[in-house]
Amino acid sequence: MHIPQMLSIKKITDENPFVKTFWFNYNLNSQPGQFVMLWIPGIDQKPFSIAYDDSAEFGLTIFAVGSLSKKLFELRVGDRVGISGPYGTAFSIQNDTHYITVAGGYGAGPLGLLTERLAATTNSTVDFCVGARSADLLLFKDRMAKLPHTTVQVATNDGSAGHTGFITDILSGLIQKSHGKKIILATCGPELMEKKVLDCANKNNVDCEVSIERFMKCGFGVCGQCCVDPLGLRMCMEGPVVNRATANSISEFGNYHRDKSGAKIYY
Amino acid sequence: MLKTSCLNIPFANPLVLASGILGVTAASMHKIIRDGAGGVTVKSISKAPRTGHPNPTMMGNDTYFLNAVGLSNPGIENGIAELIQFKKICPAPLIGSIFAGTADEFAELAELIAVAPIDILELDLSCPNVGREFGEPFAYSASAIGRITRETKAKVKVPISIKLSPNAWNIAELAKMAEAAGADAITAVNTVSGMAIDVRARRPILHNKQGGVSGPALFPIALKCVYDIYEAVKIPIIGTGGVMTGEDALKMIMAGATLVGVGSAVYYRGADVFGKIVAEMTEIMKQENIGSLDEIRGVAHGIM
Ligand SMILES: Cc1cc2nc3c(=O)[nH]c(=O)nc-3n(C[C@H](O)[C@H](O)[C@H](O)COP(=O)(O)OP(=O)(O)OC[C@H]3O[C@@H](n4cnc5c(N)ncnc54)[C@H](O)[C@@H]3O)c2cc1C
Ligand SMILES: Cc1cc2nc3c(=O)[nH]c(=O)nc-3n(C[C@H](O)[C@H](O)[C@H](O)COP(=O)(O)O)c2cc1C
Repeated sequence: MHIPQMLSIKKITDENPFVKTFWFNYNLNSQPGQFVMLWIPGIDQKPFSIAYDDSAEFGLTIFAVGSLSKKLFELRVGDRVGISGPYGTAFSIQNDTHYITVAGGYGAGPLGLLTERLAATTNSTVDFCVGARSADLLLFKDRMAKLPHTTVQVATNDGSAGHTGFITDILSGLIQKSHGKKIILATCGPELMEKKVLDCANKNNVDCEVSIERFMKCGFGVCGQCCVDPLGLRMCMEGPVVNRATANSISEFGNYHRDKSGAKIYY
Repeated sequence: MLKTSCLNIPFANPLVLASGILGVTAASMHKIIRDGAGGVTVKSISKAPRTGHPNPTMMGNDTYFLNAVGLSNPGIENGIAELIQFKKICPAPLIGSIFAGTADEFAELAELIAVAPIDILELDLSCPNVGREFGEPFAYSASAIGRITRETKAKVKVPISIKLSPNAWNIAELAKMAEAAGADAITAVNTVSGMAIDVRARRPILHNKQGGVSGPALFPIALKCVYDIYEAVKIPIIGTGGVMTGEDALKMIMAGATLVGVGSAVYYRGADVFGKIVAEMTEIMKQENIGSLDEIRGVAHGIM
């Protein structure tokens, strides 16, 4: 659906003091990694990754950062917002594989959904890696800990849980441990973190799937705002999830992105 | 078979990407050429960067596409860098596009963009979506069209095409005015004013409330505009509006278009729509024993 459909918020849950999940009763029929456009009439409309989708309901896990997301945090159960989508590419779901998912920020949403689907429909194993500044901000630790064939790996900057430092510090170790198995690194989060994951995949020569976010106006391949250099691929259509070869071909990845006007902003 | 010359510029085929669909960056325009277009038009550029309207800025259904992007663009400095980059990686014809709030500013901006390696410069006088900022589009006023065309022509050597609006009831007269003022070509048409309302939200869907209609619903309107303009002027026409298929493109050429602008078809048939339209045109031309587009340009005129 390319026209927003007005859906009522069915429930709002706190994931941590700054992050909420907004739930809707609707069969979105999405794949992990895809996103929807969320419209608050009179305010704006922006892309949000799908963090939960069990065919009966779906959930969007959102950080309050600016105009649209802060307004959303003021809404209550029963209020309606416009949803269109799902849009974009998804992470692959394969058997006989060891996935190492690497999440930062709201990237834990789509990777959480991926891990749930892997646990439910494949024989693959998962290291669900998540980092945050401190233990109270870690997302989906408990949601993931319940799943079969899944190990939660944690890093915090202040050392209040798991490894002290960046989550990317522990990747090489996890790859070594799974030696001999087919490995896929899947990552979604801040771009400089994702770049480290891609570099690690290249160094160890293992598969990698990266969710690359760019400013999106339409979400369905017309506005051109999310095209990346040098191949002009649209991150709302040919992305956001791209494989290792494609990610390696995107010269702006980890380097710069474009703002709402189209001007380059360097990381 | 589809080779076309417009203002002595050779095009591998007559299809050009219309301004504002993809086309923000050099890479994206290059992709459109790889996908089969004969040339590309950059998204319209203003002097300063603009973020455009808040979302929703566009929506589509089976019969029409509606947008009010609000002319977002990275500004002339960044824009020129993308145009230069495009020509570095791709030899295909490049149409620049600018818009401004006054005739003086159009001329000034034209002078700035003329340092970039563009083959044609399109003046967007017809965007219906920035009324609150710029007032009525210049494309409704014969005197404004005349003045902007003359002042811009005085400043630049690159051929200029004046982009007109199907909202004007006398579009052929206005095209004639542009020709008399020195325009080298006419781009017809921009979007026609429209609106969509969401019943459950009880308000217009576009943040800007009103927007511009393109896509299939625009085609018969655009075709008639091109037909009328062809009877009024001698300069070439870039026939744009609702072209979805090879059949549509041939109709535009029979109405008198030299080049055919394609925009919203990207939404309906994908970014590779250019290659699809080229294949369809070729197929129909074979069936109909049409050897070249010159053979059929304007052929729908002068029939009893
Ligand atoms: C494919 C895709 C998926 C996305 N998925 C999610 C998701 O699941 N959950 C989610 O919360 N957001 C997600 N986003 C980001 C979301 O679309 C908005 O950009 C974000 O909510 C900010 O919008 P805003 O209007 O609230 O803030 P704005 O008014 O745009 O920004 C206010 C300030 O916050 C800063 N800012 C903007 N975005 C962020 C950010 N993500 N983190 C930190 N600072 C920021 C800006 O630089 C600005 O200074 C996704 C984006 C894309 C492209
Ligand atoms: C999303 C969108 C953005 C547009 N932006 C511009 C623009 O910046 N400048 C311009 O001259 N025309 C702009 N147009 C108009 C198109 O160039 C074209 O004239 C119109 O859409 C009709 O052609 P179509 O039906 O093939 O899309 C835009 C159209 C759309 C759909």
